[in-house]
Amino acid sequence: MNAAMEVRSAHVEQEGVPKTLAEFMALALAMEREAAQRYAEFGDAMETHNNVEVAELFRRMATIEAGHAQAIMTQMGWRDPPAVASDPWLDAIEGPETPRGDDVHYLMQPWHALAIALACEERAERFYERLAAMANEPAVRDAARELQREEHEHVALVRRWMDKVEKPAEGWGVDPDPPRYTD
Amino acid sequence: MMLATTQEQEARPRAIVPAHADATSLSIAVAGSGGSGVMTAGSLLLEAAGKAGFYGLMVRTSGPQIRGGEAAALVRLAPRPVNSLDDGFDLLIAIDWLNLHRFADEIALTPASVIVGDPDAGDLPEALRACGARYVPLPLKKMAKAIPGSWINMLALGLAGALAGLPERALEAALRASWTRGEAGLEANLTALRAGIAAATGIEGVRPLARAASRSNADAAVRDSPARWLLSGNEAAGYGALRGGVRFVAAYPITPATEMLEWMAPALAKVGGALVQAEDELASVNMIIGASYGGVPSLTATAGPGLALMTEGIGLAVAAEVPIVVVDVMRGGPSTGIPAKSEQSDLSFAVGGLHGDAPRLVLAPASIADCVATTQWAVQLAEALQAPAIVLSDQFLGQSRAILDVPPQRAGVARRLTAAANVPDYKRYRDTENGVSPMAIPGTPGVVYTADGLEHTEAAIPSSQARDHRVQLDKRQRKLVMHDYGAAWADVEGEGEAAVITFGSAAAPVREALARLAARGVNVRLLVVRLLAPARPEPLDRALDGVTRVLVVEQNHGAQFYRYLRSVYDLPGKPASFHRPGPLPLRPAELADAILAWRGA
Amino acid sequence: MNDVAVCAPRTAQTYKSSYKPIWCPGCGDYSVLSSVTKALAKVNVAPEEVVVVSGIGCSSRIPAYTNCYGFHGVHGRALAAATGLKVARPELTVLVAGGDGDGYSIGGNHFLHACRRNVDLTYIVMDNHVYGMTKGQPSPTTEPDWDSKLAPGGTGMRVFHPLVIALAAGANFIARAFSGDPNGTAEIIAQAILHPGFSFVEILSPCVTFRPEQREWKELARPAPVAPTTDAARAARRLMSDDGFNIGVLFEGDRPTYAHGRTSPRCELADLENDFVLAGVDTEEVPA
Repeated sequence: MNAAMEVRSAHVEQEGVPKTLAEFMALALAMEREAAQRYAEFGDAMETHNNVEVAELFRRMATIEAGHAQAIMTQMGWRDPPAVASDPWLDAIEGPETPRGDDVHYLMQPWHALAIALACEERAERFYERLAAMANEPAVRDAARELQREEHEHVALVRRWMDKVEKPAEGWGVDPDPPRYTD
Repeated sequence: MMLATTQEQEARPRAIVPAHADATSLSIAVAGSGGSGVMTAGSLLLEAAGKAGFYGLMVRTSGPQIRGGEAAALVRLAPRPVNSLDDGFDLLIAIDWLNLHRFADEIALTPASVIVGDPDAGDLPEALRACGARYVPLPLKKMAKAIPGSWINMLALGLAGALAGLPERALEAALRASWTRGEAGLEANLTALRAGIAAATGIEGVRPLARAASRSNADAAVRDSPARWLLSGNEAAGYGALRGGVRFVAAYPITPATEMLEWMAPALAKVGGALVQAEDELASVNMIIGASYGGVPSLTATAGPGLALMTEGIGLAVAAEVPIVVVDVMRGGPSTGIPAKSEQSDLSFAVGGLHGDAPRLVLAPASIADCVATTQWAVQLAEALQAPAIVLSDQFLGQSRAILDVPPQRAGVARRLTAAANVPDYKRYRDTENGVSPMAIPGTPGVVYTADGLEHTEAAIPSSQARDHRVQLDKRQRKLVMHDYGAAWADVEGEGEAAVITFGSAAAPVREALARLAARGVNVRLLVVRLLAPARPEPLDRALDGVTRVLVVEQNHGAQFYRYLRSVYDLPGKPASFHRPGPLPLRPAELADAILAWRGA
Repeated sequence: MNDVAVCAPRTAQTYKSSYKPIWCPGCGDYSVLSSVTKALAKVNVAPEEVVVVSGIGCSSRIPAYTNCYGFHGVHGRALAAATGLKVARPELTVLVAGGDGDGYSIGGNHFLHACRRNVDLTYIVMDNHVYGMTKGQPSPTTEPDWDSKLAPGGTGMRVFHPLVIALAAGANFIARAFSGDPNGTAEIIAQAILHPGFSFVEILSPCVTFRPEQREWKELARPAPVAPTTDAARAARRLMSDDGFNIGVLFEGDRPTYAHGRTSPRCELADLENDFVLAGVDTEEVPA
């Protein structure tokens, strides 16, 4: 078997549900880490485009997700994140809690960032709900339900946060100036 | 900053004292990032000034982001045509302070300047505080918010326009004319405009524009004057090309030439021409050679990196005697360089950068208005002399927008000497007295020939013979050197034993510097060269009659024009050079100081 | 190709520099950058042994955003520069990156010959069907009826099919990926790097600024319904019905890689002088 085929063999069909508690928590950890990474990237992109308020907001979200990740590592006594199977997100391409790359806009406002976070937390809640329903192993089922409850709280938290933040006016994304070129 | 030193010694002025020697123009910068729309504000300010009967110039500058980054519109307004930026700015309106330090060199401020900024956007940055300008806080963001559906740049527009003394009618007319988004938005922004205008009252320290002596009636000026244009140098060059008869263009996008091509695409369709987007510059130059070989005046536009790719093709046009025009909108070099900034550093390459002995035409427009005439002339010359012409424009001319008096019509469309059908003993490259031989256009019977980059006989047969090479080399040189270019080859102005020689976008700040010196009784002659190649020794000698010393002024690091002039001309005395590279434009004060120092020596 | 390192396994972060991209937020290239760094982590080669070569355009900004050696060359010539580099330094891992304008228009000729030559390179094209950096002109992969200033009403030109061209010209590994699936893309890039010869990965990477309608690519991109093939004829048949949105590895060839690279010395430099030596009068060659 050549090297290329070795790499590809990891694509062997997965049932989609973690079989042990450790596998499950590794998945939960991957979810938080992927989300933290993506929020951090968004923070950088916003800062480069002088959208300071939203940059700070995304950085906060990255810190929060990183905190969740760290909590899992501590709880499980892990020093390094364990590997997870490729394509573990059931029928989704990326982790449910990961914000999608094209949801951002350089003129976006804090409310938009929170709306993105809300969608992520809701997806995460549904994901754990499905896992709980599909899991055979009781420890996995219980853990999934527990995390589903946590995500449910996050959803409520984000909703409260959004209520305090000003909703963007119509035309928020309209830029009177055309794009520029630099090369 | 040179001129500011005397000001710093005086008490910080509350009264209206200009920071610079030109008391009739007003320089305004509007800066902000992400969505603030400062470019639009600057454009509308320029338009409104035009509608009010003034002249002006607008330059854009920005960070590296494609959308949403920091940006500034730099506008200079005056009762007379404006072709360069002043030394500094009288007014800076900062919608926010983010990364404004990037523009510190470009937006020079003095204690006589006024800065309007939003206190909610943070404190005045240290760099701006240090210049000593007067800071007027204005809660722009809050004001815009109080008018639902309005944009903050319209507030800035109203403010800038009112401080400049532009009538409200003119500002409103500019806004209305530009509006494409629907009634509700228009109303909100008109309200914002008026709020900006209102906010100007009580802000002191900005001297409004005064009308030129010849203009008497402010009301009459609001009508769109049919005798003036508002356009960029790129558009002007495109139009000049069409006036000259160009009907085929090959295009490959490159900063800062792309807009010329984009303007020409629909224009050509309208006048019965065609534009093809090529896969690269090698293709563009060869496409226009093909089209021109077929009899259609052709052009392409590019920048330094593209010109570098086109050199092989330009050489082919020289050898095969096929007329083409290549507009090089010069930018910071070398290589990829500084794409969105101006520099005059392709001159050496344009006059010399071909292999073999390859004479070609090189021209340089000296202002945005001149882009029309010079490009048109380049087409005429290329066609008449069956040779390639390189037009050295630059990013400053190409991308700045200016209000100008309609340029006088230059006579005529280009005329190529073509061969009639069935001419007996037709020789495409006949060694004629003036070097121009009739060109057979495909479709004409009895005079078929094969054009060739290979050296050839008069009958267009490839040849390696010494005599043929000599005849053809002489012919290709003679046709350029013997042509009567008339007075347009250079602008000669003023009197004096000392003369400044320059070209292109450097001409305007040099002119302004010399005007300041003349006002102080110092007279210096000016020679702005429009036809850079071939060299014209006799006309240059006449232009420099009585001159004992020359200073060559240019915007590049290698003193390219200075070296070129010294290599092809005998200049009087010991020629001197003032040269510095981009990206910052040449300013009248630095030039006036340099010229004075040189002249004093 | 390095053995798997004895030191601590590298992560994607190892290959990321501290420079923040200037790409518009929402640009697919952010995701591609992430995929490239993840792929390099999978392959686990030392960052200093990787060179990222690019041309001009938004996508071509990528070298500075990685922690590898980089070469930001001129428009369309990245493959040529990369070829020279790899032939001179075959032990390096050379990635070539750019956009559809840079790669298929001005770079088109070099693309053809890079496929033919089959030097061991990995060529990643971030395709957004437009020239982004110069403000929105049609590129070779733009639809024929897309209106733009340079080509009002559309170019009317048939789109360039990079996978077809790559197959016809001899590329040894051909794949299409989608920036909306960063992990899947990382997987494909890793395979491309490990596969010998010229590996070509076309990555659909939407442009939020000039082609906002490309958001719909999320719905259109789907995993190719078949496994990769090693049979060029079969790959060609698949391409006949390809609509530009089949994601996955199309073709894995086994052509030998470019054979005329640097060789080991076979003689001393001074030995070359033998060509010039003039036989003296004492030798037997001199006629009587």
